[in-house]
Amino acid sequence: MDLFEYQGKQYFARYDIPVSPGDATDSVDEAVAIADRIGYPVVVKAQVKVGGRGKAGGIQLADNAEEVRKHATNILGMDIKGHIVRIIWIECSSDIKKEYYASFTLDRPNKKHLGMLSAQGGVEIEVVAEEDPTAIALLSIDPIKGLDLATAQQWVKEAKLDEEAQAQAAELLIKLYRCYTEGDCDLAEINPLILTPQGTVHALDAKVTLDENASYRHPEWEAFRVNETEDPREKMAKEKGLNYIGLDGTVGIIANGAGLAMSTLDVVNQVGGTAANFLDIGGGANADVMAAALEVINADPKVKAIFVNIFGGITRVDEVAKGVLGALEKVTINSPIVLRLDGTNAVEGRAILQPHLNDKLITEPTMLDAARKAVGLANA
Amino acid sequence: MSIFVDENTKVIVQGLTGGQGRFHGLRNRDYGTKVVGGVTPGKGGTDVDGIPVFNSVKEAVDATGATASFVSVPPKFAAAAIMEAAEGGVTFIVCITEGIPAQDEAVTYNRLKQEFPNVRLLGPNCPGIISPGKCNIGITSGDIALAGGPVGIVSRSGTLTYQALHELSQQGIGQTTCVGIGGDPVPGTNFIDCLKAFNDDPETKAVMMIGEIGGSEEENAAEWIKANMTKPVVSYIAGVTAPPGRKMGHAGAIISGSKGTAQAKMDALRAAGVHVCQNPTEAGEKMVEIVRAL
Repeated sequence: MDLFEYQGKQYFARYDIPVSPGDATDSVDEAVAIADRIGYPVVVKAQVKVGGRGKAGGIQLADNAEEVRKHATNILGMDIKGHIVRIIWIECSSDIKKEYYASFTLDRPNKKHLGMLSAQGGVEIEVVAEEDPTAIALLSIDPIKGLDLATAQQWVKEAKLDEEAQAQAAELLIKLYRCYTEGDCDLAEINPLILTPQGTVHALDAKVTLDENASYRHPEWEAFRVNETEDPREKMAKEKGLNYIGLDGTVGIIANGAGLAMSTLDVVNQVGGTAANFLDIGGGANADVMAAALEVINADPKVKAIFVNIFGGITRVDEVAKGVLGALEKVTINSPIVLRLDGTNAVEGRAILQPHLNDKLITEPTMLDAARKAVGLANA
Repeated sequence: MSIFVDENTKVIVQGLTGGQGRFHGLRNRDYGTKVVGGVTPGKGGTDVDGIPVFNSVKEAVDATGATASFVSVPPKFAAAAIMEAAEGGVTFIVCITEGIPAQDEAVTYNRLKQEFPNVRLLGPNCPGIISPGKCNIGITSGDIALAGGPVGIVSRSGTLTYQALHELSQQGIGQTTCVGIGGDPVPGTNFIDCLKAFNDDPETKAVMMIGEIGGSEEENAAEWIKANMTKPVVSYIAGVTAPPGRKMGHAGAIISGSKGTAQAKMDALRAAGVHVCQNPTEAGEKMVEIVRAL
């Protein structure tokens, strides 16, 4: 789960990482109240999970209540690269002497944690990596040993952070590492990490991705689940407990297993179609799950054909077949359904469907045949 | 020959008394796998359909001489169960559990490497391993595999592994071993481990490698293949049309920025002399062609 900046800062605060004082709101009046409380000048910042909001006009400085009102009115509802701004974050404006970059993430090839630190912050780290890779100090951290203060102190020197910032930065990095590990982040990134003319170091931005697999030990994450998705299809799928990602095409996809679902998208594309979604009903899916999946896809007005691609392993194909029939009884499915059924109990599954087959319920022997049929129907 | 397991491998099932553990553990035994015990703390002395249950891995290993463990426990307990298996004396661990936090996986992987360098972990979040006719540990349906070789299969995805087995078996092409390495960010066994083992196995004549978006395991494998592989490799990479920044089901299947794309993986594999195919069916057909020409 990606966090909004304000949520990331709230999460940082739990681990004692210094951030600018501020608060989030979805209303103009409250924005003014927050600014009055924390003191001017303030920065009004659009909360969207996409880069480039500064360039889009989503970050504005305000010296008084009138300016806060003006900017908050403009920014709330703004469209930034397809993301509508529903929440703004108001924080005390900071004077900046220097901008740094700091992050922790998993180094997958080496199976260790990777710390990245640079004295060149405030720009995209990918750009720095390309133009001047020596400007980034990489630190490989053994997950068992962790990060100690002595290592962090050495690291800030290697990254050539200003001397007056080094001690504070080293301590902040220890806290950020704790947030990353104990806080179960896939990514904990501060860009920029700033040094103020007053000589203090704090996080001016927060980019945090949480590892959903760890949500069982983080009840505090529940508060972050507001406005998580704007796609009504994804909302509906989530309510039904389905692993769904909305896309823009016309062929609705249902498959069991993430790999097969991904592969189904690819094959649909190869035969000239476009997928409306990714939907993995998972292992061991029963009739109810299948019915729920069809309902979610049916609610997508762009869908012109549905491709159900099942290779039974733990999932039993006869259960899938029952689910399809059950869904057809419960709701009117708008689009024709093309099924490819193989694996555990496939013979039984096909037999269950046989008496019900017609021009809106079709089976095909292979994945490729079924893809061609579904795409043909969708493009007709 | 098979890799990692064979007809003599004795297996215990951690979580045999649970729903999943029981279902798959018994299925594995029915396939012919030597499932010699189960482990569930507090249930020692009982049995599951005649398979004795022990309180700890150590007890189970002492009593049965098992060398492999099938870990089928919920995500909260999986990391501890894997460590218990290694501490209890097992040298091959298959963990099918999906949903283990990445932080736990990173710690477990490194602890195994440092404290138990001779232990191999397969998974987590994988379908397991099957050497047709000899041994099946995990959730793969035994009837879609065909004994006798000559193809080795290694895959990051469960259902695509079944698809690959199906494509080959239908054409009468058997498999030496089929290994599902799993779709998590920190897999215990990677492509290279399996490619090496297949390369050294005289009965394996060709390898099918199924990858997906995310990480750089396929690129690393390509480098290894270029330098070392003496047998033909056919590959399929899932996720050409996957949008960046979204996890496609598996925790490890995500394109971040320009990294981890299917295209980059396919290019790297092609440059290493691998036969890269556009879909599982095409990969199956290519493999049939290669095997028939052997």
